[in-house]
Amino acid sequence: MRSLRVGLRSVLPFLVGVPLFWLLNGQLPEYFEYGLMVALIDVILAVSLNVVNGFTGQFSLGHAGFMAVGAYTAAKITLAFRGVAFLGLSAALSDQVVFLLALVAGMITAALVGIVVGMPSLRLRGDYLAIVTLGFNEIIRVIIENTPFLGQATGLSGLPRRTNLVWVGAGAIATVVMARRLLGSTHGRALLAIREDEVAAEAMGVDTTGYKVRAFVIASAFAGLAGGLLVHLIQLCTPKSFTFIKSIEVVVMVVLGGMGSITGSVVAALGLRGAVEALREAQQYRMVMYSILLIILMLTRPTGIFGTRELWDWLPKFQLPGRRRADEGQHP
Amino acid sequence: MTEFLQHLVNGLSVGTIYALIALGYTMVYGVLKLINFAHGDVYMVGAFMGFYLSHALGVDQNPSLGKAGLVFVGSMAICAALGVVIERFAYRPLRHRPRLTALITAIGVSFLLEYGFQLPAVVGASSGTPFPPGPTPRFFPEPFPRVDFEPLGVHISNYDIVSLLTAVALMFALQYIVYRTRFGTSMRAVSFDSSVAGLMGINVNRVIAWTFALGSALAAAAALLVAGSRPTINPLMGLLPGIKAFVAAVFGGIGNVPGAMVGGLVLGLAEEYVAGYALSSYRDGIAFAILILVLLFKPTGLFGAARAEKV
Repeated sequence: MRSLRVGLRSVLPFLVGVPLFWLLNGQLPEYFEYGLMVALIDVILAVSLNVVNGFTGQFSLGHAGFMAVGAYTAAKITLAFRGVAFLGLSAALSDQVVFLLALVAGMITAALVGIVVGMPSLRLRGDYLAIVTLGFNEIIRVIIENTPFLGQATGLSGLPRRTNLVWVGAGAIATVVMARRLLGSTHGRALLAIREDEVAAEAMGVDTTGYKVRAFVIASAFAGLAGGLLVHLIQLCTPKSFTFIKSIEVVVMVVLGGMGSITGSVVAALGLRGAVEALREAQQYRMVMYSILLIILMLTRPTGIFGTRELWDWLPKFQLPGRRRADEGQHP
Repeated sequence: MTEFLQHLVNGLSVGTIYALIALGYTMVYGVLKLINFAHGDVYMVGAFMGFYLSHALGVDQNPSLGKAGLVFVGSMAICAALGVVIERFAYRPLRHRPRLTALITAIGVSFLLEYGFQLPAVVGASSGTPFPPGPTPRFFPEPFPRVDFEPLGVHISNYDIVSLLTAVALMFALQYIVYRTRFGTSMRAVSFDSSVAGLMGINVNRVIAWTFALGSALAAAAALLVAGSRPTINPLMGLLPGIKAFVAAVFGGIGNVPGAMVGGLVLGLAEEYVAGYALSSYRDGIAFAILILVLLFKPTGLFGAARAEKV
């Protein structure tokens, strides 16, 4: 019974969400649909970064670097298999299969780079980690800009447009489900313990570096997914899309929503993207707005809008029986 | 040989600049244990203040050494005030909060300066000196005529010499302030243990404010010395030098004043030689590679002392 319920909780969001996005696909006004897809990619980024910055309490400033790794891997694969009928499938279906494989490959390479980056740097704490991840972000960018195979500074153009609402929606759902399931698991408890007190966690027998690296690798993989989706939406893959300014944008989303709150990240990502679209006239004020928002938030409400709470914590009567609050007993 | 000497000259001139900026990072880290992310942008503001002051004093029409000195001191004073204001309003309210909170605020301040300076002009939009300056690069006026020397085939200008001498003089002045004056003693006391320093009658808030003033003034000086030889300035110019100077500070042992100077020089030379002889297009990656190596093998830096973590 329990395993059934657990299984349902992982599968149900897809059963409900994916058909919904399928129905919506192509029905919305083009401009709105495009904005929604970008916003959902931001959701993937924010929720995955929250696993590191929110759950584990580490401060990574290099999320865009892993996006770049995933993006370039996926882009190279779709470009290589362009127009090839894969496994004898029809052209349209073959394209989708290749895209899926490209995204998965992007996730895997991003995760591998995540291991390489995470193993040494996660022994560092706090602000040092922030600078080192930022450094890796820049190194990845410099390497791309110097590699002819990856198109150097001009990047890879002429990518087919493979991303649609269904792909992005499924990706966002997968990320949220991953974060939810992770938080409820032993693994997630270890991460929370590290956030609350690293020394105490270590004394309790938590392999702190190991768990931190694993959290980092999971986050990197999903950043890679977001990168793959993004470049097949804008049909262009340049190092300019993955500078550390992009990393900071994601950090702002996580901090704004509340470090450790999944729904907080989702709301903040959607809200910020919405605000940017609404303020398109005042595009040049966007970064100024971000920075003022960040300062005011830190001065007045450093836990973010949601803190570590989730949206459904305010709706007690809708809680399913047997569901435990994610942050139960966290804050006395 | 000539090439080697040329790289030495270039490396030293870049290195002293890194060292001057790194001093600000290291002093602030010493007293607050905060990475002042906005420090590179104070450097940028310093360059722009020099730009405005030069135009206000008419340096571009009739340059003179006296005016150059006035511009130099004026920008340092303005940046010192800016540093104090940033500390007072953005960092002081957060002093007893988790360190990450202050770090995020510092990133916010940094972006506010970078992108605030790129906004469309509010004052003097039609003149040559609009404020905010906007994203287009500006040209810094020459305070005195440029003279080039070629001893042993090495290309040196009088700007390089003036900049090197000024930087060294400033570093000696700082060394004197930190180790020979009352203020320096209280600064070192605060950096050692701020609560005990407070109990001993040191006004901790004032010491921290002055530390920010000192560090920001040095950043402004660095910016003006750079603007002499590389005169294009723009609102994002502080980004890379800021991060690289941070690397220099970590390399020397963050919190350690002589360490920052050595770190800056070593980083400048390393960048120049590696870029000059082997990997010219990887210049901006070198600093980060050094940072990562230092943090992996000697996280306390060259001169930093390891501190045991107390529970």
